[in-house]
Amino acid sequence: MRIEQTMAACGRPIPRRTPTSAPYFDAAREGRLVLQRCPRNGFFFYPRSRCPHCLGEDWKWEEVSGRGTLYSYTVDRVGLDPTQRTQLPLIVSLVELAEGPRLTSRVVDCAPEDIEIGMPLMVCFEDLGEGMLIHFRPSTD
Amino acid sequence: MGKRSAALVGYTEWAPQRKWESPMFSMEACAALAAEALADVGLEKDVVDGLVIGGLQDSPMFAPLALAEYLGIQTHFGEVVDLGGASSAAMVWRAAAAIEVGMCDTVLVLVHSTPPPVESGADGEKMMLPPYLAGDAWGSPQGQFDIPYGLVAATPSFAMVANRYMKEFGVSSETLAKIAVMERDSGLENPKSVFRGKPIDVEDVLASPMVCDPIHLFEMVMPCWGGGAVVLTTAERAKRLPHRPVFVSGYGEYISHKTVSYMPTLTETPAKPAADQAFGMAGAERSAIDLASFYDCFTITVLLTIEDAGFARKGEGGRFVEEHDLRFSGDWPLNTHGGQLGMGQGGAAGGLSHVIDSLCQLQGRAGRVQLPKADMAYVTGVGGLMASHVGLVLEGA
Repeated sequence: MRIEQTMAACGRPIPRRTPTSAPYFDAAREGRLVLQRCPRNGFFFYPRSRCPHCLGEDWKWEEVSGRGTLYSYTVDRVGLDPTQRTQLPLIVSLVELAEGPRLTSRVVDCAPEDIEIGMPLMVCFEDLGEGMLIHFRPSTD
Repeated sequence: MGKRSAALVGYTEWAPQRKWESPMFSMEACAALAAEALADVGLEKDVVDGLVIGGLQDSPMFAPLALAEYLGIQTHFGEVVDLGGASSAAMVWRAAAAIEVGMCDTVLVLVHSTPPPVESGADGEKMMLPPYLAGDAWGSPQGQFDIPYGLVAATPSFAMVANRYMKEFGVSSETLAKIAVMERDSGLENPKSVFRGKPIDVEDVLASPMVCDPIHLFEMVMPCWGGGAVVLTTAERAKRLPHRPVFVSGYGEYISHKTVSYMPTLTETPAKPAADQAFGMAGAERSAIDLASFYDCFTITVLLTIEDAGFARKGEGGRFVEEHDLRFSGDWPLNTHGGQLGMGQGGAAGGLSHVIDSLCQLQGRAGRVQLPKADMAYVTGVGGLMASHVGLVLEGA
């Protein structure tokens, strides 16, 4: 089986940007979270060529607060992706952003026993050299 | 009164195996399944004029054409279905619909997951799900926004559904474990189960390794190789065949996403619109079914199907599981073959095992687990990350 996923030098999977998604990853490198906003339907995620609500293409990139809450999570104890086994236990998460959209991420700087659905989170970034990861950490705000 | 023009008439099913003893190419597997299924109903292959398959690994392009050629048949209907675990159930309704509109007369539905031969001599490898679910190609949203965060394979997705469900509705791990125990109990009677002679109880499930919180190892299917096939034909022809015709009297399908992150609400699954469509078409009440053959990749899948397909109110699936005996001998028989949890998941054919479970019951061919009354069944398939759902109402003639 051929794996096409791009891997960082450390062996972990990283996103391979496309012309459409490049602004998302460029902003992450500058420490900013940006999303596309459709004038009729508001923010959406993930980056797409057209709004998933109306298929319009008159969206604009806009910086968002980076605040969110934990919608759900799991703790991968076994490393279902063998390339992530250095990261265990890995808290795979669904984060609901203050602006509405939900995204897949990872909660870092948090022990698995402290994690709780609904907890407030703040975006943070991990630079793996060739690729940027958009993580969240517990927020006290 | 539901649809009465197309019927399931027979089947074949290979026992799931962790290691497959006789590796073969896709078309070789399909040819073997076709011969066995046709023998079950006493039909010659030349009456087959429809083929529905899940794809051919070694001839992926124009697959129905390649298979028609290999089997030496000509068809009026050839189709590849790619809805993940919902594919088998989806293949059955597509076959029935093709017969109903008069496109064809007799359809083979062939589902195989067998390893190909290896040149150095066949020592079958273990069945594993490809971790990235083919989402790793450049341009795929999964490769950019999901895979790098550890959202791979199926377990983390269903675990996040389970965690959210537990938070909203408070079901316990013990209740979820009971589903695995009940299914295993029925599976113990199935000569094809990989778990023969291995009963479990709730404590065993909770003591099994935590894979992705809150999902324990024994709440997950055992990935295996396998295969199966069913034959559908017209009601007219079905009357002349050896087994009781089983009408595909209603069917529903719903697809809302692929990756769980983009599921509109984590605790409401596509099972509801699919079931409403299927029971509406069949003109049947939920209470009329004699058994349920529900897709069961994880225990949470079963719980949510019970609710969303309309057998318990939202949030009361846990109580339903607690109040009912789900074994073949119980008051609400679920997956009398053991389900994939109690039998092993024969790859893509795991989904077909639910169709075959209900078919066997309705044809009176279920052996030791035969129900005293079996005239109507509801079969489901779940694909992707709680993303596609197909429901079939089956009725014996």
